[in-house]
Amino acid sequence: MNFLQQLRLGFRSLLLHKLRSALAVLGILIGVTAVIWLVALGEGVSYQAQQQIKNLGATSIIVRSIKPTEEANRESGSRSGIAYGLLRDDYDRILANVPTITKAMPMREINREVRNGEFAIDATLVGCTPEYFDINRLGIERGRPLSAADMEYLDNVAVLAYEVAERLFPIEDPVGRAVQIGDEFYVVIGVAEQRTASAAIGGSLAARQYDKDVYIPLSTFRARIGDRVITVRGGTFQNETVELNQITAVVDDMKAVDSSADIIRDLLRRYHKSLDYAVVVPKELLEQAETLRTMFNVLLLLIAGISLLVGGIGIMNIMLATVTERTREIGIRRALGATKGEIVQQFLWETVVLSGTGGLLGVAFGFLCGPTVALVRRTISELFPEVWSSLPPNIRDLEPLLAPWSIAAAFGISVGVGIIFGIYPARRAANMDPIEALRHE
Amino acid sequence: MSSVATENRPETGRDVVASVRNVTKVYRLGGEDVKALAGVSIDFHQGDFVAIMGSSGSGKSTLLNLLGCLDRPTTGQYFLGGNDVATLDDESLSRVRGRYLGFVFQSYNLIQQLSVVENIAVPLAYQRPANPDGPELCLRLAKLVGLSGRLGHRPNQLSGGQQQRVAIARALVNNPHVILADEPTGNLDTATSLEIMDLLDALNNAGRTIVMVTHEPDIAARAKTVISLRDGKIESITHNG
Repeated sequence: MNFLQQLRLGFRSLLLHKLRSALAVLGILIGVTAVIWLVALGEGVSYQAQQQIKNLGATSIIVRSIKPTEEANRESGSRSGIAYGLLRDDYDRILANVPTITKAMPMREINREVRNGEFAIDATLVGCTPEYFDINRLGIERGRPLSAADMEYLDNVAVLAYEVAERLFPIEDPVGRAVQIGDEFYVVIGVAEQRTASAAIGGSLAARQYDKDVYIPLSTFRARIGDRVITVRGGTFQNETVELNQITAVVDDMKAVDSSADIIRDLLRRYHKSLDYAVVVPKELLEQAETLRTMFNVLLLLIAGISLLVGGIGIMNIMLATVTERTREIGIRRALGATKGEIVQQFLWETVVLSGTGGLLGVAFGFLCGPTVALVRRTISELFPEVWSSLPPNIRDLEPLLAPWSIAAAFGISVGVGIIFGIYPARRAANMDPIEALRHE
Repeated sequence: MSSVATENRPETGRDVVASVRNVTKVYRLGGEDVKALAGVSIDFHQGDFVAIMGSSGSGKSTLLNLLGCLDRPTTGQYFLGGNDVATLDDESLSRVRGRYLGFVFQSYNLIQQLSVVENIAVPLAYQRPANPDGPELCLRLAKLVGLSGRLGHRPNQLSGGQQQRVAIARALVNNPHVILADEPTGNLDTATSLEIMDLLDALNNAGRTIVMVTHEPDIAARAKTVISLRDGKIESITHNG
């Protein structure tokens, strides 16, 4: 019998017991679909994380100021409030001592209300240098970014994040208009492109919402706002002095990232008594994310393996019943010239047809992952908007990514399961004594 | 005491298609040896129509299983198609069955999920090399047994006599040296039995070698030669007409 005849015979034998075969197929189908969906969701999540980390720049090293804990405050505390974090001297030292750094960018940030007449928004006022846009890969939609001249002349100019621009200037073009920050007015010179938030990574780097930013030159920041910030909290004045919130250093080569980060850590340790800074290396995060992703995929394959194992046991169960039921047929075929090998083949084909059908249907359902997620998303956001808005953006924006390898693997494993779990029943069929089998009622 | 069927046959000179020599078969049952066949020798010639008779326990089923290559003798030799079946392994036995033998069973033994024409074709699936004229041959055989109009029917849509006709067509599809029929009319009424025997007669007249096991004397009487077994030995050989 050729391949097609075997396949046809397998299908027909299975159609004798439609419900039973359908249930066996269902077992494999669910397993295969589960693999594809889980991997797609996992890939979606890890892609998101990787994109966010990549946006930080794989060749960059981020040093951030961290506010010391309350106890540490009290020790070093004075009536003039606390001073912590990175210093402008740190920036100079890093530039002077780490030769692999090609670009470095100091940054200062603070929350301030930004107004345009009656329109107001609580924005993050970011004092930065012109490199900011380049290093953070933040495009400019309208107008121009900050320039070296702006820095030099301490100009009152601002680049608005997309959402800030939308909120403050719902109708007119903000470029050329003025916004009010505190007592000062700043001329809007540009609007940044829309940008999704970066991830909060392992506690070392808070999530960064780019859409509430207002960028002004760092020199202007220092002149107009200064290092000391007084806030009122719980009825008392809090007084913080911070020179820089963040220094982003970019090295020329991926290979130099780790050693450069070590030098920076060394430098900072020498000049800082307390640990009021953190060094974050996106490349390390990327590697961690990659490892995590691999672990995740292995775990998924394990789960998938288990579910397919269960499906396989279902198939074996059914094939054993089939073999017992068809003892007579086996006897007839043996008498008419079928060898043991040919009987094994016949029953193996049936299990492969079962598991292969399950596999193919599973792949078909696997492709429905994207539309299903979209449907669920739409349903939740329309029927339960408050639930929807309470979900973290990572989940709201999650796009499952179908991994071709998972489709191939799931289908391959399902057929493999069919063969492995089919061998025992098939051998049992083949090893029947033809005389006994013919006598079987 | 063994006897050779050919010794007192009137016709000579025809080819021997199957030959059993001094065959014994011993089963172990509950620690005791039971001799089902105690030395049997028979030659079957081209065109023979042999009925094997005997009471239950006479060894006729055992002999038929051996002739059908479904079992191997404990001692002795069985030549079929140039092979000594006693020495063959399981796979070769399968090949020998598929190539040299056609089976007709008491309970027809058709495969229920297959149609008439597909049932006829079953042995072709195990032919090496494959028969290129298979499909055409099946249609011709269906016509020969008078079932041209029911090619697509399933066995459960056919009467007993029709099912046995399908089985006979199936037994012919590999052009066997010997057709083995095990109580071919055992499940049929008298009229249908006669029709089936007429069909077997016709095949025999066309040169087919048929070996039939039966316990009905009037069915056995349709054969040219009747071999009676008792206690695993040949008791008598009778030539009809």
